[in-house]
Amino acid sequence: MTSISSASPAFTGRDPDNRLFGPLPDVQGEAGYDDDHPARVGFFTDTSVCIGCKACEVACKEWNLLPMDDSHGARDVIGLSGMSYDNTGQLGANSWRHVAFIEQSRTVDLPMPAVGLPGATRQDSGPSAANATGDSLAHAQQSSVLNAEALSEFDPQTGQTGADKQIRWLMSSDVCKHCTHAGCLDVCPTGALFRTEFGTVVVQGDICNGCGYCVPSCPYGVINQRKDDGRVFKCTLCYDRLTDGLQPACATACPTQSIQFGNLDELQARADARLATLKEQGVETARLYGRDENDGVGGNGAFFLLLDEPEVYGLPPDPIVTTRDLPAMWRAAAAGAAMIVGVALSAVLGSRRPR
Amino acid sequence: MTEGVATPGAGWRRADGPPSQRRQKRRRRGGGRPGGEVAMVEEAEFTSYYGRPIIKPPVWKTPDVPLYLFLGGAAGSSAVLGAIADLSGRPGLTRAARYVAGGGSIASVGFLIHDLGRPERFLHMLRVIKVTSPLSVGTYILSPFSAAAGATAAVELLGWFPRLKRFGGIVSGLFGGPMATYTAVLLANTAVPSWHAFHTRLPFVFGGSAMAAGGGLCMALAPLAESEPARKMAIIGAGIELAAVRGVENDESVVSEPYHIGRAGTFMRAAKACTATGLGLAVLGGRTRVGAVASGVLLAAGSLLTRFGVFDAGMASARDPKYTVVPQRERMAAREAGVHSVTR
Repeated sequence: MTSISSASPAFTGRDPDNRLFGPLPDVQGEAGYDDDHPARVGFFTDTSVCIGCKACEVACKEWNLLPMDDSHGARDVIGLSGMSYDNTGQLGANSWRHVAFIEQSRTVDLPMPAVGLPGATRQDSGPSAANATGDSLAHAQQSSVLNAEALSEFDPQTGQTGADKQIRWLMSSDVCKHCTHAGCLDVCPTGALFRTEFGTVVVQGDICNGCGYCVPSCPYGVINQRKDDGRVFKCTLCYDRLTDGLQPACATACPTQSIQFGNLDELQARADARLATLKEQGVETARLYGRDENDGVGGNGAFFLLLDEPEVYGLPPDPIVTTRDLPAMWRAAAAGAAMIVGVALSAVLGSRRPR
Repeated sequence: MTEGVATPGAGWRRADGPPSQRRQKRRRRGGGRPGGEVAMVEEAEFTSYYGRPIIKPPVWKTPDVPLYLFLGGAAGSSAVLGAIADLSGRPGLTRAARYVAGGGSIASVGFLIHDLGRPERFLHMLRVIKVTSPLSVGTYILSPFSAAAGATAAVELLGWFPRLKRFGGIVSGLFGGPMATYTAVLLANTAVPSWHAFHTRLPFVFGGSAMAAGGGLCMALAPLAESEPARKMAIIGAGIELAAVRGVENDESVVSEPYHIGRAGTFMRAAKACTATGLGLAVLGGRTRVGAVASGVLLAAGSLLTRFGVFDAGMASARDPKYTVVPQRERMAAREAGVHSVTR
């Protein structure tokens, strides 16, 4: 067991054990737990099977007794955000799961209708179609219903250029990432945020004094302050349920196993297999997010399978834990302090002696 | 353009709105091209989730936190000046410096506690000491500093315990330098793009600003015969502040932008005007009573406005996903290019 001297790498800049940055095979051990601690747990959120039912949001709210949501977005009188079916808006102090909805389209070049198809005929012989008898016009319209190009006149989701459009929905249940190197945990000055024996990051409500430093230190914008309370809140990965051998509420409620809970190494293996399957099926945009332990936060305890770039879902494309650069900052601050002493000293020494 | 790097893959675009936000053309500043030629750079596209910010903006209150930054800086540099002035036999300057340091530190503690979500729990700050948390380290700088500086100012006012006064002045002087610059680390050690990107420069912005404010206020308050060290510190500090701010504002990166636009831009421009005017006035007329007071007040105002400007620029950069996504995309692209050039 490594001895836990306070996080001296922040001052010295020497970090051979990756205590500030980089892969960390045993986060609980680094946090001071004995070797017999439980395995690190986490979430694998497979957004390719998310159906956007928000059961996770509801289960989380019910289990954790969260007040009404606090997304500070623009919304109308009945509480609709206008962001597709997303009226939660964002993760926050009172929303520890957030289902994002993104409606997307893309242009696909369908094979142009061959000569002789009713739609093509109708378009090619526009003037003559106008002269046609009512009977043949009705016939043309009826048969054209089956034609993609003709549909484009009635279906607002299809294009007008002859090329057709595909529509898809991305739905993703976002959650606290329980980072290997958690910015919120690093900067908490009271010790209210701590690493649990399961490798997750939890706020102790009776310790937090609402300094708010964790809020801008999270590279994902997860943790936030409850305005009427003053303290900060975020996902605990249902710490209370874990200690009783239960799964987190959201994973239990998820009807499609989009949210999978388990030991992190098992989830990672499962995610790698799932990604390989999707790639095999031709889903070229599938990728894992937060899986790489060489990323800026040392990998996430809660990671995702996404179907588009992270920022489409409101996730940062390349997050880095802010404390990686803290040794450089302390050095600069020390240099700045020395500069002040030096300037003051030379200002006094360089001045005439008072009479 | 940068298709595939900064845009969603495989041609997918958001169906119900603009596909992605195109950044406005931005004048590249500080290009230094002769003949006033200005390079216009075509900006990359970036994508966001309905324009929502990615990181959460700080919940710190304004004016509490900018005022804390200003007062801590002015008090810190004054304490350093006061301790040295005391040892060199300048009682008038020492007294002025001790009042600035004591008043500033006590007020800054008040602002800091008021900013907490649970002010009655401010002592929880002393439960632990964590060098990964600038706020924790700062607590152990601010506590002894404000205790020493406040006590020194109080006994100075009452005229008691001269030897204790000198000891308190030296203790506050030791903590004064860190007090003035740790606040820069406090801001920079966040995910806020326009603060974090300048994490090695902000301590010098704050250090220079602190000396301009502390030196300026001491110059204004000290008797004219003894104010020369304060004037010199204020002049050098103002010069460092202007130079360091220039380094932050003129960076090529997009995260410099918030320092130019909106409310933060107004603050920064006003700060520059105040500091430059105060600097000139201190050099030319700092030896007269009127000149010392006017330039001291101007330099303090410049320092205060700099803190408000830096604070606001960070808040603005946190609220716009552009400043989070674009630098991260550029970083990824640079990394990819670096990897390729190595393998080739």
